[in-house]
Amino acid sequence: MQVIRSSKVYDVCIVGSGAGGGMAAKVLTEAGAEVVMLEAGPWWDTATDSVMFRWPYDSPRRGAATPQRQIGEFRASLGGWTLEGEPYTVADGTEFDWFRSRMLGGRTNHWGRISLRFGPNDFKRRSIDGLGDDWPIGYEDLKPYYDKVDRLVGIFGSEEGLHNEPDGIFLPPPKPRCYELMVKKACDKLRITCIPSRKSILTRPHNGRAPCHYCAQCGRGCSTHSNFSSPSVLLPPAVKTGKLTIINHAMAREVTTNADGLATGVSYVNTRDRREHQVRARIVVLAASACESARLLLNSKSSRFSNGLANSSGVVGKYLTDSTGTSVRGFFPRMMNMVPHNEDGVGGMHLYMPWWLDNKKLDFPRGYHIEFGGGRRMPSYGFMGGIHRYNGMGKPRGGGGYGQQLKEDYRRFYGAFIGFAGRGEMIAREDNYLEIDPNVVDKFGIPVLRFHITWSDYEYEQVKHMQETFREIVHTLGGTPLTPMPTKEEGYGISKPGQIIHELGVTRMGNDPKTSVLNKYCQAHDVKNLFVVDGGPFVSQADKNPTWTILALAMWSSEYMAEERRKGNL
Amino acid sequence: MNKISRRETLKILASAPLAAGFSWTGAEVQEAQEKVLEARRTGAEDGKVTPRFFTDHEYKTVQALVDLIIPADERSGSATDVGVHEFIDFMMVDQPSRQTTMRGGLAWIDVQCQKRFGKTFVDCSGEKQKAMLDEIAWPRTAKPEMTHGVAFFNSFRDLTATGFWTSKMGIEDLQYMGNRFVPQWAGCPKEALDQLGVKYHE
Repeated sequence: MQVIRSSKVYDVCIVGSGAGGGMAAKVLTEAGAEVVMLEAGPWWDTATDSVMFRWPYDSPRRGAATPQRQIGEFRASLGGWTLEGEPYTVADGTEFDWFRSRMLGGRTNHWGRISLRFGPNDFKRRSIDGLGDDWPIGYEDLKPYYDKVDRLVGIFGSEEGLHNEPDGIFLPPPKPRCYELMVKKACDKLRITCIPSRKSILTRPHNGRAPCHYCAQCGRGCSTHSNFSSPSVLLPPAVKTGKLTIINHAMAREVTTNADGLATGVSYVNTRDRREHQVRARIVVLAASACESARLLLNSKSSRFSNGLANSSGVVGKYLTDSTGTSVRGFFPRMMNMVPHNEDGVGGMHLYMPWWLDNKKLDFPRGYHIEFGGGRRMPSYGFMGGIHRYNGMGKPRGGGGYGQQLKEDYRRFYGAFIGFAGRGEMIAREDNYLEIDPNVVDKFGIPVLRFHITWSDYEYEQVKHMQETFREIVHTLGGTPLTPMPTKEEGYGISKPGQIIHELGVTRMGNDPKTSVLNKYCQAHDVKNLFVVDGGPFVSQADKNPTWTILALAMWSSEYMAEERRKGNL
Repeated sequence: MNKISRRETLKILASAPLAAGFSWTGAEVQEAQEKVLEARRTGAEDGKVTPRFFTDHEYKTVQALVDLIIPADERSGSATDVGVHEFIDFMMVDQPSRQTTMRGGLAWIDVQCQKRFGKTFVDCSGEKQKAMLDEIAWPRTAKPEMTHGVAFFNSFRDLTATGFWTSKMGIEDLQYMGNRFVPQWAGCPKEALDQLGVKYHE
């Protein structure tokens, strides 16, 4: 097989174009580096490729999922839970669902824009409860970078002065929807903290981007770039420097190395014509998503690195976490026959509940936050599915039916629901890991991952608490949960590992090269010109969505790279 | 919708506020929305579709069923008025995993009607059709021997609801008022706040 080798030696090769890769590209090109970026999927420009304002009836499938767009045809998401010709495997007795995007910007195109800083406690959990490990850095190290990310990207929120939910540099939050005020009232009664959400959606003009126009469709991609995605915010300034080369349809195969044990570039396959390529670079930055980056390292074997690259510790692939999740939907009679009004707002919730309790008084070690949403949303595929489960309350015949009465029921019940979802912290464990499956390759011949992930009682107990709390909120509001409390045997309704799409930790950072893959600058202990800037470096999960910390860490790491380059160390 | 005109429209939408210094004026919002609607109108109109999955007999059965589920009333038309049968036919081709349960469910109903009334479902009178649905439309109180019909009808009812309520007529019937430019988010109107017994604290 002929391999096409680039004659040019780039300063940096970045694998992946999402939050971490986009940030690295921006910082490094602006610092003068020549950067090549490999993206396994196609080009994506939200200005032209999103379907903002499309009505469901503009498509014959009304927004249903397709194999190419597995979370709905209108969503800005190419890829999903299964990719044709790109399998992964799961060890017996364990579970893992792996969501993979294949598009410029990756999952930053469809994500929920929930932009939470980790707090001071989140970096030092072992010191607090003895479980897992502390990070080699603390909140005070990352705070200036969170500040810079806030200023660069734009985020709304409110200053609350909560110790472990640090305030940012906020644009004003949007007013709550009326049902959100109703939920807040119940939370006040139950002493659950309920505050404006923190989302990277512009409520004011910001750095040349237009403000939000409140169509609630962030997940479709925003044609006016009024929310955060890598292609809307990070890649344009990098492209503008003239120093960024983006190669689409480039599926990375291995990181190449030389006799000195340094990275020399990346080999990849063009997914359209199957031809093999090699790009050369002085620094290699992996930002392919935590699990893909770990896979790349484990597949980059040589006589010198028989265990995989940057893996003398054997820690690559270990300590994999995902957020815990569970949900409860409630029906609220007060919201029936609601006064018609436009309730769209920004994409997702205007209020949320950060973790509000003290774990010392609870039978599980880490917290969760609550997300909620409902009301009069745009009717879409699956509209009021399963109505027979709830429209029969108080009727002798039960729910279901057909005809005029059913038609009336759809009208009366429309908008009378609120769903509550928890996102909690999983404890990172060495025995939750991924490895290369010894027998299976994908269609490009790249060995695939095998996952070994289980929840522990910590997570089950936490999710039980979520279920009980959500039900309490629903009852306090005079509502009815649509499903019974899940039993212990049902895992209290816990999500399958991976389903919350917050995979972290498989190339964790630390001060000790024996127990960590990267140093505190996301630089490989074993290979000084190799960095990982996606969710891989995380030491612990936190009860926060990880993107804001990925952005801050990637900026911190990339500024270090730029400085080391300037000093001639890289 | 015509793809090129839509893209051009979005370009206009994306650039309009930039030119105007980042604030949506009322006139701009209206202009933008009219452009979107115009682009949509010029797109190809869907003509009558011949079914790609259903046989003629099945298609007639589907049309009878969807209109029994969502009939016309003073506020809006029936399921077939907005082409729910066409939508269901499309989904059978688009999601082939649904085909067996759909085809089998329709056959199950025909067999039941044959047993009871000596006719297939579509050949039964309206009264008999309703008598059949009465056996399967209320899961909690349906007879145990009806479980297959109940399972089929639950899923058929859901598909019909998507087809009807995501149509233009259905969305207007529900008085969904969003999916549009809102230059300033003002929160909820007073009547809505009053209904839920909440208010904004200034």
